[in-house]
Amino acid sequence: MKLLFENIDEPGLATREVYERRGGYESLRKALAMEPEAVLAELEASGLRGRGGAGFAMGKKVSFLPKGSIEKYLVCNADESEPGTFKDRELMQKSPHMLIEGIVIASYAAGASRSFIYIRGEYVQQADILDAALVQARAAGYVGEDILGSGHSLSLVVHRGAGAYICGEETGLLDSLEGKRGNPRLKPPFPANQGLYQGPTLINNVETLATVPAIIRIGGEGYAKLGTDTSKGTKLVSVSGHVKRPGNYEIELGVPSREIVYGLAGGLSEGREVKCWFPGGSSSPVLTKDDLDLPYDFDSMAKAGSMLGSGAIIVVDDSTPILDVALKVAKFYAHESCGKCTPCREGTNWTVKMLERIETGEATPMDLEIMASVQEHIIGNCLCVLGDAMAMPIGSMIAKFRDEFERHIEQVRAAHAPAAGAPALTGALA
Amino acid sequence: MTPKLRQEIEAKMALYPDRHSATLPALEAAQRVYGWCSPQALEEVAEAMDVTPAYLESVATFYDMLETEPAGRHSIYVCTNISCSLLGADELFRSIADAAGDDPEFNVRPFECLGACDIAPIASVDGVYVGPLSTEDVPQLLEDIRCERPVLPNKQLVKRPCADPGASA
Repeated sequence: MKLLFENIDEPGLATREVYERRGGYESLRKALAMEPEAVLAELEASGLRGRGGAGFAMGKKVSFLPKGSIEKYLVCNADESEPGTFKDRELMQKSPHMLIEGIVIASYAAGASRSFIYIRGEYVQQADILDAALVQARAAGYVGEDILGSGHSLSLVVHRGAGAYICGEETGLLDSLEGKRGNPRLKPPFPANQGLYQGPTLINNVETLATVPAIIRIGGEGYAKLGTDTSKGTKLVSVSGHVKRPGNYEIELGVPSREIVYGLAGGLSEGREVKCWFPGGSSSPVLTKDDLDLPYDFDSMAKAGSMLGSGAIIVVDDSTPILDVALKVAKFYAHESCGKCTPCREGTNWTVKMLERIETGEATPMDLEIMASVQEHIIGNCLCVLGDAMAMPIGSMIAKFRDEFERHIEQVRAAHAPAAGAPALTGALA
Repeated sequence: MTPKLRQEIEAKMALYPDRHSATLPALEAAQRVYGWCSPQALEEVAEAMDVTPAYLESVATFYDMLETEPAGRHSIYVCTNISCSLLGADELFRSIADAAGDDPEFNVRPFECLGACDIAPIASVDGVYVGPLSTEDVPQLLEDIRCERPVLPNKQLVKRPCADPGASA
C-alpha cells in the first residue's frame, strides 16, 4: 500500500496541475468543509506517530495547542540531518504539493495562521522546488487569505537553514528560525505553549505532515487499519550503507526488518554478512544480524533496546572494523554539539579522543570502562538529546562488540610496544 | 552595499513578524555577493537589518555553510559521514581535495551527512547533488565546474527514480 509514494515518479507531479489530476488538494477541500475539531479527531483516530524521530502521537501534539484567538504557528521541520535519513528530501523534491496540502490542513486543525518550512540549507534544489510549488499554491488560493472561502487564512514561508544538525532539534530549530545560533531551549515550556516568537507552536516533520492528506482521504480509522496496534500506517524507510539497492521504500509498519534489508534493498554483496545495523539513523543503538527478524515498528525496536527514530536503516557489513564506525559516529556528534551543555560538549569530544587513543594504540582496556561511563553521564543530563544521540549508539557498540575493541587495543599496543632493550618512553606516553 | 542586495534583505525581513528571522537569508545573500561573510559584508548587513555586526558574527560562526574566512567561489561539499564513508567517501574527499589543489576557485570541504545516502558516496557542487562518485569521476567533476557546465549530468540526484519498486506501479 503506497500512500506517500503513489505516483511519486510521475513526470510533473511537482506541478499543481499534475498533482490535482492525481486527486491533489481534494483532501484540503474535504477538510475545510469539516469543523477544525472534526479534522483533529481524524488525526487522533489515525494514530499517526511523528515521523521525525521521537514518534510522538501527532493528533495529541495538535491538541496540546491552546484554543482561542491567540496567534499560533505551525513549523514544518525539514532539517532532515540525521545521518542515514533522506526520505523527506525525495518527498519534497517530487511531491512538494503533498507537503503544502498537509501543512494547510494541519494548520486548520490547529488554528495556526502563520507557517514556516525550515529546510536545511544544503537542500538547495528541494527548497527551490518548494518555493515554486508555493507560488502555484498561492495562485490557486490554497495558501493565503480566506483559503477556498473557508475563512481560514495561512501564510507560508520556506526558510532555509545554513548547515547545523542541531537545528533539527525542535527548540534549536525555533531559535535558528528567530535568527539566532541554533541552541536548544530549556523545556518546559514546550513549544505548544511557548514556541516561535514565544507563541504556541506546532512542529512536525515533513513526512508526518505529508501523511495528513492521505488520512483525510481514507479517514483516520482507515489509516489506523494499516500497520500494527501501536505503530499505525505506512512509513518511509531510508536504507543505506552496505546494501545492493540503497534508497527510500514505503513500507507498512511491522514488516520484518529482514524483508527491508534483504528483500527491498537487495541485501549485501556476495559473501558478506550484516555486522550491525542502525534501525533509525546514527543516533539509534546498533542492532546485530540476530535482530533482523524483528518487526520494523516503534515498539519492537524499542523493546530490542534501540529505536525506530527517523526510519533510516544503515547497514554495516562484517568487513568493517567497529572502531571505524564508532569514530565516525562520535566525530559527527562532537562536530555538531552546540556547546551549550557541558556533558554533551565535553562528553562528545572526550569520546572522540578516547576512540582515537584506541586507534593509535595508546589506550588500555580500562579506557573502555571510562568511555562507557562517559556515555552514562551524558544521557539525560542535557537540554536536548544530541549528546544522548551519541552516547546511545557508542554505548551499544561497546556493549555488543567489546571483544573486538579489546582485541584492537591489544593488537595495536603490541605492534607499537618497544622492543626489548629499547629506551623507555618518556613524557605523556610513558 | 549594492541596491539589489539591500532590496533582497529588506524583502526577506518583510516575510517575518520579527526582522531578526531574516538573519540567515540575509547572510546567505551577502555571502553570494561577497564570497564570504567578510567584515565588510557583516557591517553592511548589520546596517540594513539594524542589528550589530557582532550579533551577525555570532550567528555566522555557528553554521557550516556560512564562510567566515575567504573561500573559493565554487563549493564542493563531500559527505564523509557514516553511509558515504562505508562506501569510500574518505578516499573520495582526499582525491577531490588533491586534484583541486590550491586553485582559489574551489572550496573543497568534508561535510556531515548531506541526506543523499542513496547515491553514496556523494558530493554537493554549488548545491547540486551528484553520486555515486568514485575517484575516477574526479577529473570530469572539476573540469565541468571549471567550464561552468552542468556537473556530471548522468550522476545528478534529481534525475534518479525512486528505489521503491511499488512506487511506479
